[in-house]
Amino acid sequence: MTIETKPQVDTRKPVEYTDARLNANVPAGPIEQKWSKHKFEMKLVNPANRRKHTIIVVGTGLAGGAAAATLGEQGYNVKAFCYQDSARRAHSIAAQGGINAAKNYRNDGDSVQRLFYDTIKGGDFRAREANVHRLAELSVNIIDQCVSQGVPFAREYAGYLDNRSFGGAQVSRTFYARGQTGQQLLLGAYSALSRQVAAGTVELNERTEMLDIIIIDGRARGIVTRDMVTGEIESHLGDAVILATGGYSNVYYLSTNAMGCNITAAWRAHKRGAFFANPCYTQIHPTCIPVSGDHQSKLTLMSESLRNDGRVWVPKKAADTRTPDTIPEDERDYFLERRYPSYGNLAPRDIASRAAKIVCDEGLGVGPGGLGVYLDFSAAMKRLGENTVRARYGNLFDMYERITGENPYKIPMRIYPAVHYTMGGLWVDYNLMSTIPGMFVGGEANFSDHGANRLGASALMQGLADGYFVLPSTIGNYIATGGYSTIDPSHPAVTEAVGAVKERIQQFLSINGTRSVDSFHRELGNIMWEYCGMSRTEEGLKKALTLLPALREQFWSDVRVLGSGTELNQELEKAGRVADFIELGELMVRDALERAESCGGHFREESQTEEGEALRNDDEYCYVAAWEHFGTPSQAVLHREQLQFESIKLATRSYK
Amino acid sequence: MKITVNVWRQKGAQASGRLVKYQVDHVSPDMSFLEMLDILNQQLIAKNEEPVAFDHDCREGICGSCGVMINGLAHGGRLATTTCQLHMRSFKDGDVITVEPWRAKAFPVLKDLIVDRGAFDRIIQSGGYISAATGSAPEANSTPIPKENADLAFDAAQCIGCGACVAACPNASAMLFTAAKVSHLGLLPQGQPERKSRVFNMVATMDAAGFGGCTNIGECSAACPKEIGLHFIGRLNRDLLSATLSGGTTAD
Ligand SMILES: Cc1cc2nc3c(=O)[nH]c(=O)nc-3n(C[C@H](O)[C@H](O)[C@H](O)COP(=O)(O)OP(=O)(O)OC[C@H]3O[C@@H](n4cnc5c(N)ncnc54)[C@H](O)[C@@H]3O)c2cc1C
Ligand code: SF4
Ligand code: FES
Repeated sequence: MTIETKPQVDTRKPVEYTDARLNANVPAGPIEQKWSKHKFEMKLVNPANRRKHTIIVVGTGLAGGAAAATLGEQGYNVKAFCYQDSARRAHSIAAQGGINAAKNYRNDGDSVQRLFYDTIKGGDFRAREANVHRLAELSVNIIDQCVSQGVPFAREYAGYLDNRSFGGAQVSRTFYARGQTGQQLLLGAYSALSRQVAAGTVELNERTEMLDIIIIDGRARGIVTRDMVTGEIESHLGDAVILATGGYSNVYYLSTNAMGCNITAAWRAHKRGAFFANPCYTQIHPTCIPVSGDHQSKLTLMSESLRNDGRVWVPKKAADTRTPDTIPEDERDYFLERRYPSYGNLAPRDIASRAAKIVCDEGLGVGPGGLGVYLDFSAAMKRLGENTVRARYGNLFDMYERITGENPYKIPMRIYPAVHYTMGGLWVDYNLMSTIPGMFVGGEANFSDHGANRLGASALMQGLADGYFVLPSTIGNYIATGGYSTIDPSHPAVTEAVGAVKERIQQFLSINGTRSVDSFHRELGNIMWEYCGMSRTEEGLKKALTLLPALREQFWSDVRVLGSGTELNQELEKAGRVADFIELGELMVRDALERAESCGGHFREESQTEEGEALRNDDEYCYVAAWEHFGTPSQAVLHREQLQFESIKLATRSYK
Repeated sequence: MKITVNVWRQKGAQASGRLVKYQVDHVSPDMSFLEMLDILNQQLIAKNEEPVAFDHDCREGICGSCGVMINGLAHGGRLATTTCQLHMRSFKDGDVITVEPWRAKAFPVLKDLIVDRGAFDRIIQSGGYISAATGSAPEANSTPIPKENADLAFDAAQCIGCGACVAACPNASAMLFTAAKVSHLGLLPQGQPERKSRVFNMVATMDAAGFGGCTNIGECSAACPKEIGLHFIGRLNRDLLSATLSGGTTAD
């Protein structure tokens, strides 16, 4: 791999924004100076006035938790919300592997420029350069911040911070806390948040689900929530709203996300005018534990860090029934090492996942149904000793054994790709503001930094960059330029939004059909996985476009939601989420159909090279697809934000 | 296999509850305990009966949402395992399993198997943090931390806030939970300035929340899915003693 050192200006025709609302507001000037210049130019709110401004933060994961804590510290009046019983349980807690930062502690040639380059390339040239550069710059501050909060990162014997390598990078820039990096980072943000709760700047509302957004005079001014214990529907008003509500992988029913992860907050905002960007960009993670049966409720990820020392292979012979240890070396196909000699087992996720699917489609897969490949540590154990392997991955090995009943120190793990992350999300500009003024979106819920594929250990980085550093600055600027009047809680827009939420709940409860919410969710998941999963075709996508509206109709006429709205009712909660997922699914399929190229996690079978690699089409698709809602997803209108590559030359992404 | 479950059903916080017996057919040994409850719920919905409410989210042992008493044991009593990580291969055909919520005065039942663990958050809010305002942090590697200290701090920091320690303790004490956070932060150089006020305030909040006192029985650590060691309680007690002697102030 060579880094393009000479910036080359993009010579294609000048940008035309199809919609003024899609102006990314990227500051002028050289890319290295954009953020610092912008920070200097942004307006500030007088500290004494901050407490007069209420900021609503939906979500307490890395993005929301960090934003709420920091805005609280700055003196704003913050109201934070999460659906779990405690802010500490947001799904960021489950991230295992690590967080990237361009600290170059290893002196192995890392730099902000290289992290920037790796992320743009990893995203298959479908991300906005300016945002990504800012992310790379902020990465170093994040580590400092977390260490000062007491995050117990892994250390070397000399007491300095340790690093490991992750997919899509040839340097060691990933910081980690055993296999529980997300947990430790989130507990850091949660502790900062707890400090602000004690200080009285943050009001935490747990077990409270946001079900709609309130827009007044064209600006986001509040949200409607349901108290998940009492069922009470309430409105909360403020000067700005942040959505940091995570990703939508659960549209596939089976994914590595927590059971409650949902699209509802973002989807409600989309229906009220926020454009939804690149919904079809989903990430399938190569190292998950394969499905064991129909009862399966979720999939468990095994951290990608395992690929540092584990070797991926399948038998060369189809339907080989021998146990893995009895298959001789020359009868094994280490297909990642073979196809991608320079990155080998550390090829990026989309590429590693597809390679596994290809060998399984050829009938070489192992385990039940042939849907698995081996991840083998025997070579690493010989080289490093079992104890070193245990120290590095012990908890992951234990987790694997608990789920499968097999001991990975003795038999190679079996892994298979699973839906893991969604690069798509609400469209935001450089300030992380959506097309609804006053509504900001952070973390996995926005579309901003990862293009068509996210590199490992970059989501934690993005969530914390958004939460600790970007949103607190840009929101200040928004508030300072605003001068917004206080909203009367009896304003017609408030009454309308509250009424709409109540009516929808009543609808769910009164259908009284025959099928459970879960049965619809599973069916949706099957359709999405089959036709809009790891590889997509025009024919399949068109088929999905007939299946999904039919499913939606059936849901609304035949779902069974028992109990009432005025109590803790988990079926009612799920019904709202699944109804929104079905609509989102349709938009994802439309987006996937529209994008007749392959890029990153979006693989269109019609668009591949002779060797089966993704074939991008920069002339026609070098844009962000931003969808505007009208009526139903089938009526949604596509807008395009043209992407410009000025610092990094558009190039074919190769990991050979 | 076929399993019989006796499940605690309680309509709401004010309602009285009781154990109700259900039979679950077609249980596979590869299912998790929560997937077995999913199947039970699908059966109930099909019969127009309200499903059993239980807390869960990540289903991989890290969020700390899940947690029920299974045959009287927190999380089912298997070493280092949360309820969501417990698999039905630990049971056999024909088993009768009793499933109840955590029982503790400080954790009131909200519905069926769901309790309110808000008291844990209040303990953290009273001091479970290092006051490091965003943006003011020094370069991360300017303070090396001996690996042993960092590792020990990590061991304590692994607590998932599930509440099994409280549920398993005959006194319903939250000492292990509190000690885990006090030790995590107290072992790091960054945590020193607030070390005394932290332990003092957190213990006071814990006592006020209605948790019982610690009499060193050790059931907490045995039930803890993250194997938080009892020795951390010793650390808390030492810190508390020194904080009390200096009047709970930070001035060392
Ligand atoms: C198993 C797993 C492992 C991962 N490992 C890594 C890794 O090693 N490195 C890495 O960089 N990334 C990793 N990722 C990705 C990364 O963890 C996530 O992208 C990131 O943590 C998302 O953070 P977030 O703050 O955007 O959202 P989340 O942490 O998901 O938080 C969402 C918040 O929104 C709230 N919420 C959602 N909907 C509503 C609603 N309607 N009303 C009220 N509140 C709502 C939730 O309660 C929650 O507080 C992993 C992801 C998974 C699933
Ligand atoms: S100490 Fe252990 S049992 Fe107690 S809350 Fe923490 S993880 Fe759960
Ligand atoms: S559901 Fe998260 S720990 Fe069990």
